[in-house]
Amino acid sequence: MQKLKLVLIGNGMAGVRTLEELLKLTPDLYDITVFGAEPHPNYNRIMLSPVLAGEQEFSDIILNDLDWYHSHGITLHTGKRIVTIDRRGRKVVAEDGTEAHYDRLLLATGSNPFMPPLPGNHLTGVIGYRDIDDTQLMMDTALTHKHAVIVGGGLLGLEAANGLTLRGMQVTVIHKGQWLLDRQLDERAGQQLQAALEQRGIQFRLGLPPAQLHGDAQDRVCALDFSDGSRIAADLVVMAAGIRPNIELAERAGLACNGGILVNDTLQTFDPRIYAIGECVSHRGIAYGLVAPLFEQAKVCANHLARLGHQRYQGSITSTKLKVTGINLFSVGDFMGAEGTESITLSDPISGIYKKLVLKDDRLVGVCLYGDTGDSNWYLTLLREGQNVSQLRNHLMFGQPAQNDEAQYHQAAA
Amino acid sequence: MTRTQTTASTCCYCGVGCGVLIEHDGEHVLNVTGDPNHPANLGRLCSKGSTLHKTGDLAARALHPELRLGKGLSRSRTDWDSAMGHAAEVFGRTIAEHGPDSVAFYISGQLLTEDYYSFNKLARALIGTNNIDSNSRLCMSSAVVGYKRSLGADAPPCSYEDIEQSDCLMIAGSNMAFAHPVLFRRLEAAKAADPNKRIIVVDPRRTDTCEIADLHLAIEPGTDVALFHGILHIMLKEGWIDRAFIDAHTDGFDDLKNLVRDYSPAMTAQLCGISEDDLHSAAKLIGTAPSFLSLWCMGLNQSSSGSAKNNALINLHLASGQIGKVGSGPFSLTGQPNAMGGRETGSLSNLLPGHREAANAEHRAEVADYWGVDHLPSNVGLSAVELFEGVRSGRIKALWIACTNPAQSMPNQTLIHEALAACPFVIVQEAFFTTETCRYADLLLPAASWGEKEGTVTNSERCISHVRSAVPAPGDARPDWAIVCDFARRLEKQLRPGQPSLFDFGSPSVIFDEYKWLTAGRDLDYSGLSYQLIDELGPQQWPFNAQTRQGTPRLYTDGRFATENGNARFIAEPYRAPQEKCDTRFPLMLNTGRLRDQWHGMSRTGTAAQLFGHVEQALLSLHPDELSSRNLNDGDLIRVKSRRGELILPVHSDEQLRPGQAFLPMHWGDRFLKGLGCNVLTQPAFDPISKQPELKQSSINIRRAELPWELFILAEGKVQERFEAIRPLCESLDYLGMGLTGRERPALLIRAASAQAPDAALLEQIDALIGLDSGPVLSYDDPQRAIGKRVKIEDGRITAIRLTGETAARNWLRSVWQSGEADADLRRWFLAPISTPTGGSSNQVDRTLCNCMNVSQNQICAGIERGLNLDGLKQELGCGTQCGSCVPEIKRLLNSVAVPA
Repeated sequence: MQKLKLVLIGNGMAGVRTLEELLKLTPDLYDITVFGAEPHPNYNRIMLSPVLAGEQEFSDIILNDLDWYHSHGITLHTGKRIVTIDRRGRKVVAEDGTEAHYDRLLLATGSNPFMPPLPGNHLTGVIGYRDIDDTQLMMDTALTHKHAVIVGGGLLGLEAANGLTLRGMQVTVIHKGQWLLDRQLDERAGQQLQAALEQRGIQFRLGLPPAQLHGDAQDRVCALDFSDGSRIAADLVVMAAGIRPNIELAERAGLACNGGILVNDTLQTFDPRIYAIGECVSHRGIAYGLVAPLFEQAKVCANHLARLGHQRYQGSITSTKLKVTGINLFSVGDFMGAEGTESITLSDPISGIYKKLVLKDDRLVGVCLYGDTGDSNWYLTLLREGQNVSQLRNHLMFGQPAQNDEAQYHQAAA
Repeated sequence: MTRTQTTASTCCYCGVGCGVLIEHDGEHVLNVTGDPNHPANLGRLCSKGSTLHKTGDLAARALHPELRLGKGLSRSRTDWDSAMGHAAEVFGRTIAEHGPDSVAFYISGQLLTEDYYSFNKLARALIGTNNIDSNSRLCMSSAVVGYKRSLGADAPPCSYEDIEQSDCLMIAGSNMAFAHPVLFRRLEAAKAADPNKRIIVVDPRRTDTCEIADLHLAIEPGTDVALFHGILHIMLKEGWIDRAFIDAHTDGFDDLKNLVRDYSPAMTAQLCGISEDDLHSAAKLIGTAPSFLSLWCMGLNQSSSGSAKNNALINLHLASGQIGKVGSGPFSLTGQPNAMGGRETGSLSNLLPGHREAANAEHRAEVADYWGVDHLPSNVGLSAVELFEGVRSGRIKALWIACTNPAQSMPNQTLIHEALAACPFVIVQEAFFTTETCRYADLLLPAASWGEKEGTVTNSERCISHVRSAVPAPGDARPDWAIVCDFARRLEKQLRPGQPSLFDFGSPSVIFDEYKWLTAGRDLDYSGLSYQLIDELGPQQWPFNAQTRQGTPRLYTDGRFATENGNARFIAEPYRAPQEKCDTRFPLMLNTGRLRDQWHGMSRTGTAAQLFGHVEQALLSLHPDELSSRNLNDGDLIRVKSRRGELILPVHSDEQLRPGQAFLPMHWGDRFLKGLGCNVLTQPAFDPISKQPELKQSSINIRRAELPWELFILAEGKVQERFEAIRPLCESLDYLGMGLTGRERPALLIRAASAQAPDAALLEQIDALIGLDSGPVLSYDDPQRAIGKRVKIEDGRITAIRLTGETAARNWLRSVWQSGEADADLRRWFLAPISTPTGGSSNQVDRTLCNCMNVSQNQICAGIERGLNLDGLKQELGCGTQCGSCVPEIKRLLNSVAVPA
């Protein structure tokens, strides 16, 4: 019997993880073809920052080498960007004309860095931070140039800033928020983080929008003006101001999109033959930009592709970690503490530790940890499981109780 | 560098009157040691005396006169001229408008004889009122009555030597080991040298004093008269009396015999709550001893039948002829350093100088004549309790308080505070501006204190010492006599215009030389003494008249007493129960008394953190059965209620007490224990003759105080400033106990609890005061549960702790503070709600048993477990080798700690 044909567009972490999950469930159901725009096998994108920081090599972060594809009978097309999905004809067409028919199509096109509409953002030396090429460019620039500007004080921007600093550049981070990681940390943690990064030599300009970029004779960026007229030198500008789901292909194919390819709880799109997963999708109105939800999606999606069909993806509780060696932070849930919540805080300025736990109706609903993230997994479990923590409340800040401490907890609670 | 000098003076605490050598540089006192040449102590000092140089924190001293011109205002600094001028103006106006009895003086057994004399002359000669009483009213007035009624004069007939030389001693109503430690050391040494010496201790509590007792009679509180009558009953039956002495030297024995017939052994034993055997043993020891000495203190005096108790005890001496001989006699121990001097100078409302009576017209005429005034007032003066009632009722319109703290020490504090708040003009003359009474001062006069002033004191054995000043008084502070005389000279301008001054004294020796002639011809005659003579001969016991020119170690050696006919008098008064009895509403009997390392209202000892090491907070002690029957644990907060007031404090399990009894140290005033301190509970009912209030028997009830919100603060440094700043902020809290802790690094220690969490602003204020609002501070906050914790770490050490809401970690955090180690591993747990650190063990706060050598109870117990005896402990740990105050307690531990076989 002829196998069904599965085509994956996007040779990244989300898509390939789905294949792995699928192969675990049903190794022989599909003939699988993979198209990747990048000329590399699947690598661990989230480990680009350690590569930039010089802590790892590119070879260290390859997740699935060419042998893996081969041994699972997967046809891999690297460096081939799909330009058309012919839903009627159930085939996809790449830039170079390569075609592939499908019975099921999996879209994992990921996201693109958002390039703010800043005058001069076309200049040489103005880049996003998304893939191996961007990383390599930054590493090369650090050898020849001095001044780097990072636009965006989010996770990616700070990781880039840290890597470039370690590579000898003078780095300034421009951030429109009131504090760093303002979507991942509360103000106090953000300030502590800024102080720690300043110790490492990174400079910050917060709350002051950039106005334009200037180029030199070779059209290479050389300076950045702020809206107040002040100017800083900039030989390299890394845009890390967020990502935009890559939905262009899906939209052209007539799939319903709204800030992402719309999928249901089985990761199925408007077209029942087509599934989508990862940063390109919008599930229940949320487009995730972190790796953990993608893996959860992959599990469910594989389940349906394998025709088991008994799992639902109901959204993810996302948590944050910053991959800057020596800086530990973690946040999850409603760490800002919306109305009706109760916050518990702990601060140890000597060890540089700040923790905030947010509770609602005796349940943990948000966590923000800075400096000591040892208990993050325990908090994540409590939060996900929605356990009533009223008995534990006074101890919550100090970590998971060991078995023999139970008595003391009950005593304290009594 | 200034040369270190040594000045010989006396200790300012108890009535033993020890000589001290003050080492100083002319500005500051550097050290204090016992004077080996002083007859009272021969070089010894107790835990309080030996730490004198560590007390008196300048931050607690009144340094400048302060005046306010309205009750709602705060005082502001002024100069002496304005202060004295204002005082004289107000007193003069008050006297002119309302008469001399509208003003009153409440003075102190801690003043020097010259201070007393000046106050007395001011009140009686210049103003013309007998409204001058001293805190000796709360202390010795029953003993005064006892001596005068039985022996004819207020004269303790014994010497300290008699304590060493007696064959049998009875210590009644005195925890001598705490209250008169140096005499107790002398007794211990004598007992060790002569183990045949027999010692009976009469005390409802098993105090440290009982460690030396051959027989402890733990009588029911207040049944002393019955006990003494019961003993005499047996002595009579057994023939253990001295018939010849009775016949030759006493009157009134038949009446007494008739009375004590009713006090059968069975009845007495039952009434007193002791066994007939013990009663008989006591009678036999007393009746058959070659010499018999009795020592007593507040247990007899502070009683509504205090006079009867004193006389019933003296009866035993008269019946057995045990008086006027070596090792014999009734020997009252005085509580204050110069209570005796006060009695001599007539500083109780009913007395006049030279052991005279204000009610005696002849006496008044003698003194008026000597002073060169027409007459002395005949109106009866007010005694302490009556005086403050007079203040409250508005009869007294101007009140001058000197060197004492009635807003802490008087019974029924609610009334006292009301009275002080309502009095139109209050002068407080004090060395420490921190006392509870100073809050009410309209005019605060800074007084010189120990080590800063010159004069004389008389101790319990009638021995007069020359008190010398070593260093100048700080700020504008002046000696008490100088303040009084300055004021008097100004008032004279209104009351005796144009006449020569009665107060033309330039130095204390001039005052002494005027005063001493008022003793001439009286029982206490010390007209032969002068400062110069004391300096030559050393301290001398009165009488020391101009003819004999030598001291008198023992009185009544010839069997002639100070009565008109020369006979001593038996006083036959029946036992009367204390004013308050236990009933179902108030089922426990509250006793008060002293701690080992604190003195009186703690204005001085309360400035030395080291002195809190033995007992650091106010606790109500109860027998363990009373706790368990109420389902209470050691340390639980309780509400203690008497008919007069209520206090909240922790309860303490104490096997030294019998069931049904409670004990609360007398020292804790409103500063240290919110709610007006221990005396909010005690009662003002007083002895009809001595007018001494019954501070030692008040019936109370207790119940658990449910105060879930807790506060614990430990803040190192600037203890007095912070104490004074924080204490007034805490009125909204239900329970508040404040104190000090530490040794080289003193710290403020605060424990509090409330039904509801206070306003967050209060904690912010407190945090700011103790430096927890900035710097390296670990913090934890759960505002919804009202939990907040702060730990400040500087240079790797904890320097401040503030725990609110829950305080489980307080004890081990405190031990981390003490040890000075705060590594990162441990730090992780500082803010956790755990009562022991992970991997740690100790949860108990250790006590300092030996304050001289800084040896803790845990160290001593560990030593005992290793098999060390007292000598071994002394050798290995050094405990008990200096002042010896801790030795009785170590002995008790030796007896109670189970030693592995």
